[in-house]
Amino acid sequence: MPGYISIRNLHKHYGEFHALRGIDLEIARGEVVCVVGPSGSGKSTLIRCINRLEDFSADSAIRVDGVPVLPGSNLARVRAEVGMVFQSFNLFPHLTVRENIMLAPRRVRRTGRAEAAAQADRLLERVGLAAHAGKYPSALSGGQQQRVAIARALAMEPQVLLFDEPTSALDPEMVGEVLDVMRDLAQTGVTMVVVTHEMGFARQVADRVIFMDGGEVIESAPPEAFFSAPREARTRNFLHAVLDH
Amino acid sequence: MDLFETFFNLEVLARSFPMLLKGLWLTLQLGAASILAGLVLGLGLCMMRLYAARPVQILTRVYIDVFRSIPLLVLLIIVYYALPFVGLRLSPFVSAMAALTMVSGAYTAEIFRSGIEAIPRGQFEAAAALGLGHRQTMTDVILPQSIRMVIPPLTNNSINVVKDTALASVVAMPDLLKQATQAQALAANPSPLIGAAVIYLAFLLPLVLLVSRLERRLNRGKA
Ligand SMILES: Nc1ncnc2c1ncn2[C@@H]1O[C@H](COP(=O)(O)OP(=O)(O)OP(=O)(O)O)[C@@H](O)[C@H]1O
Ligand SMILES: [Mg+2]
Repeated sequence: MPGYISIRNLHKHYGEFHALRGIDLEIARGEVVCVVGPSGSGKSTLIRCINRLEDFSADSAIRVDGVPVLPGSNLARVRAEVGMVFQSFNLFPHLTVRENIMLAPRRVRRTGRAEAAAQADRLLERVGLAAHAGKYPSALSGGQQQRVAIARALAMEPQVLLFDEPTSALDPEMVGEVLDVMRDLAQTGVTMVVVTHEMGFARQVADRVIFMDGGEVIESAPPEAFFSAPREARTRNFLHAVLDH
Repeated sequence: MDLFETFFNLEVLARSFPMLLKGLWLTLQLGAASILAGLVLGLGLCMMRLYAARPVQILTRVYIDVFRSIPLLVLLIIVYYALPFVGLRLSPFVSAMAALTMVSGAYTAEIFRSGIEAIPRGQFEAAAALGLGHRQTMTDVILPQSIRMVIPPLTNNSINVVKDTALASVVAMPDLLKQATQAQALAANPSPLIGAAVIYLAFLLPLVLLVSRLERRLNRGKA
C-alpha cells in the first residue's frame, strides 16, 4: 500500500555526482521518521526532494497524499501541505516575528490580516514566544528563532513537516527548547521527517529510524531495534562512532 | 580687468537668473522623468536577465552591456539626428529622455541584480517551501531586503543621470546649461555659466554626501 509520502526509485545527480541512488520509501500518515547517517550521505538532499527544493530525475516518483511532486501548478499545492524547518532558520529579517508567521497564510491562503495575526499569536503561545511577537528575528536567540521558524511552518497547517538538522546550528543550551517543541508536535498526528544527529531524540520520539549512507537507505527500523540490534555492519559502525563520545 | 567682475558679475547674474531658473526647471523635469523611467526599465530588465527563458536572458544581457558601453552623447545624437532618416522625429526632450532612460535602465538592471544576488539562497528556499509563488517571493521577501542594499548605488546612478542631462543642450534643449550659454552670449560675460555650475552643485553635492552617509551606515549594519 502506498504511504502518505511515497518515494519510488529516487535518483538525484549533481552533475556527474550520483547523490541519491534509487531510494524507495513509504511513510505513513502521522508517522515520525528520523533520518540519520554520516555527513554527505544524502539526508538533506532526500528531504529537499520531498517538496522539490531539489529537482530529481524524471524516472523518479514522489507523491504526497497522492499528489505527484512535479513542477507546475501542483507544486504549490504540495508545498502548502508540506512545511519545512531549516538548519539555519531562514527567517525573513525585514519582517517582525508575527509578520514572518502571517506572510504565507496571507499570501497563499488569502487569510485576512486580523485572522492571520490572531493565528500567529496562538502559534507563538504554543512555542513559548508570545512575548516576542513584535520583535525582529535578529533580536532573538538561535533557539527562539528556530521556534519561530517552526511556528511559521505550522501557520500553513501542514500535513507534513520536514526538519533538516533543526538543532545543529544552535548553542548546546538551546537544543533542548527546540526538541521539546518538536516532541510536542510529534504527539499531534502530523507526519514528520526529521534529519538529525540527536540520537536521544530519535530513540524517544521516532516511530522509525532510517540510516543512510552513500546516497542509499541502508537500514530502516523502529528505534528500539535500530539502536539495540542494528542488522547492517555500516549501521553498527555509524552508531559506534556517534554514540561513543 | 577685475576677475570678480568677470566671473561673478552680480548684475549679469541677476539679469540672467530667470533664464537659468527656466533651464533648471527643465533639467529637473528631464532628470526626474529619466530616473523614474530608468528604474522601471531596469527592474524589468533585471527580472528578464535573471528569470526569463534562456534566449531572452541572453538578449537582455546584450542590451545591458551595449547600453553601458555606448557613450551617452553618441546615443543621444543617433536618436536625435539619425532616427529622422528612418522617419522617427523626436523632440529634444523626448530624445534626451529616451537616451538617458535606455542607459540608466541598463545600469539600474545591474544594480538590482547585485541586490537580489546578495540575498542568501535560504530566503528563496524558505519562501518556496511556504508555497509562495515567484512573484510573491520577489515582492514580499527578496526585493524589500534588496532595496536597502541598492539605495546607495541607485542614488549614485541618479546623480549621474542628472549630470548627464546637460548633454541635452547639444540637441538644442533649453536646459540649465543651454540657458546659461545663451545668457553668456547675450551678456558677453561668463557669469551665467558660473551661476549654472553653482546651481548644479547646490543640487548634486548634498546627494553625493548623502550617498557616502548611507554607505557608511549600511557598512556599519553589516559589522
Ligand atoms: N548543490 C550541490 N552541488 C554539488 N554537490 C552537492 C550539492 N549539494 C549536495 N551535494 C553533494 O551531495 C552529497 C549529499 O549531500 P547532502 O547535503 O544531502 O548530505 P547530508 O547527508 O545532508 O550531509 P550533512 O550531514 O553534512 O548535512 C554530498 O556529497 C554533497 O557534497
Ligand atoms: Mg545535510
